[in-house]
Amino acid sequence: MNSHAQPIGGTILTKPFRALLLIFAVAAGVIAWRFWAGIGPVSGLSDGYPWGIWIAFDVVTGTALACGGYAVALLVYILNRGRYHPLVRPAILTSALGYTIAGLSLAVDVGRPWNFWRVPIFVWQWNFDSALLEVALCIMSYIGVLWIEVSPAVFERLQDTPWAPVRRVASVITRVLDKVLVWIIALGLLLPTMHQSSLGTLMILTGRKLHPLWQTPLLPLLFLISCVVMGYGAVVFESLLSSAAFRRPRETRMLGSLSTTMVVVLFLFLGARLLDLTWRGAWMRIPGSAGYGLLLSVELAMFLAPALMLLSKERRTDPGHLFRAGMLMMLAGALYRFDSVLVAFNPGKGWSYFPTVPEMMITLGLVALEIMAYIVLVKTFPILRGIAPARADAGHS
Amino acid sequence: MAVDRRSILKALAGSAVAAAATSGRALAAVERKKVPAEAVGLLYDATRCIGCKACVVACREANDLPADPGPFQDRIYQAPIDLNDRTKNIIKLYKDADTVSYMKVQCMHCVDPACASACMLGALSKDKLGIVSWDGSRCVGCRYCQMACPFNIPKFEWRARNPKIVKCELCRHLLAKGGIPACAKACPREAVLFGKRVELLADAKRRIADHPGRYVPKVYGESDAGGTQVLYLSAVPFEKLGLPDLGDAPVPEAARLIQHGVYKGFIAPAALYAILGTVVFRNRRQALAEETPAGDAAGTRESLP
Repeated sequence: MNSHAQPIGGTILTKPFRALLLIFAVAAGVIAWRFWAGIGPVSGLSDGYPWGIWIAFDVVTGTALACGGYAVALLVYILNRGRYHPLVRPAILTSALGYTIAGLSLAVDVGRPWNFWRVPIFVWQWNFDSALLEVALCIMSYIGVLWIEVSPAVFERLQDTPWAPVRRVASVITRVLDKVLVWIIALGLLLPTMHQSSLGTLMILTGRKLHPLWQTPLLPLLFLISCVVMGYGAVVFESLLSSAAFRRPRETRMLGSLSTTMVVVLFLFLGARLLDLTWRGAWMRIPGSAGYGLLLSVELAMFLAPALMLLSKERRTDPGHLFRAGMLMMLAGALYRFDSVLVAFNPGKGWSYFPTVPEMMITLGLVALEIMAYIVLVKTFPILRGIAPARADAGHS
Repeated sequence: MAVDRRSILKALAGSAVAAAATSGRALAAVERKKVPAEAVGLLYDATRCIGCKACVVACREANDLPADPGPFQDRIYQAPIDLNDRTKNIIKLYKDADTVSYMKVQCMHCVDPACASACMLGALSKDKLGIVSWDGSRCVGCRYCQMACPFNIPKFEWRARNPKIVKCELCRHLLAKGGIPACAKACPREAVLFGKRVELLADAKRRIADHPGRYVPKVYGESDAGGTQVLYLSAVPFEKLGLPDLGDAPVPEAARLIQHGVYKGFIAPAALYAILGTVVFRNRRQALAEETPAGDAAGTRESLP
């Protein structure tokens, strides 16, 4: 089914691409400045707010937006819905890019990145208390796993080169990959389950600095479900956007039937969140909690809205409607995570944080880099489904 | 043949139960950390402190910290307003309508420190005396210790190219030479005492008993957040001095129960991996069989993700 995927071709240096290049160039300058002058002068970070948008957005939110690969793989390989298979490759690619960007962002964010190589190697120093250790190790391995999962597309393409030795090597690697791929795929399901939940565990250690509406032992579960929500949202978003941008057939029918799963996951999140708030009696904390009660209701509404939108059977296949629902899912999860790490975090009186312009430039530049890489890869390698979609749609449903 | 969805869900549910069971066992297994036998610490008696800040200056000298004129950059004297990357110890003033109190702030040297629990490679760790200190060779600069510390103690060198984490290490370099922490040595009023934690705690309780009405009848740090090795006596409620009411459970406990529960012996993740692998394998074989009955090379190639 996958080899229905084709490279898109066409020129790479289009006008939008050059704009992205410019944004990235500016960001690269800011990054150089950050390594020269230290983190303080470039960012709004402080001893009270040591984690800002580089962590809350690029890592905690970015990797969850990059969970499309995880979400779709769960559906295809575990729930055995083979008809969604054409969504796997582009989703895995976006995941690989998203996680790689998060890794780059971490290299900018940590103060002593040159010590980072010790983390996977100095096993005897591992602190098993540290959820961050697990997150770091899992994310590092997962970046590798994702690129291995992307690589068949590359080798498939190389099998068509006129150069015989390359062709031979590519076909050997393809065969080897096919043998071990089951275990790679399983690893690709295990690792996000581990680190996406542990990203939530991270905040448990901050104890009372995190507002009681967000601080709960259920953080790992809520983080896990929210990454699946965001993953599905991202798949819908990316699929519809790339069919519009590259003028390709839409996968509306497939996405439409995916909505049932999305609705279930959304209600799962809402159920867990509401039960937790009730069980802990956290509702009582809303009066007198300034804007936090309002923030919580916005969050809940943003999870509820796409769930209700996708309940309607007729409108599910309307691309515009689907696109809006997908966007809302991404935003809902993003807001929940952003709040949990940053907005609802309060180290005490006298501290405040707002990202500086250079800080935002770095984040923006890394996003630009991600989009550029996506464009180059789908234009060069067979990632997106080919022009004749009728067959795949009729697939095994 | 087909693995139906029910059997998969059953398998997944089974592994969830197994994980829950292991975590239940771990709950029992994670014991509260005990105060180290040779634990040393400080006792700060806010009612004896006259705010002379001799300890602030002595700390700076003993630890080779650069001068910190605080927000008054044109002044030549030391005037930091809070702990920072150049100030490991500070005296603050609390004042309201009818009370005035000084407050000394430095690392609490928790019995079960959140910073050490957070740290990936154990760059922050407790030694034999219970002193929490920083080892730069193990530090990545992630600042999770700052996120975790309930007292906001570890500070980061925001302006440095090779930044360090800066915090009070109870002058361990002086202790190694048979000395005592500079702040305790400098105090002219015995408001800052250095000693074994057991003795300091006994002393603090004696003071409360000997002077009824003088103190809030509690030694902060005896059991707060699982206990700290720096202890406080005060006439003013501790919360007003900036010592939060953290309860008696160590701050890292909640996260530790989850981490050690789910990941105990790596059994749950390994089991989940085995299940996922098996399910993926069977599902893919089935999908292949449906697609290309012959299962030829072309079919194999097509099945790649």
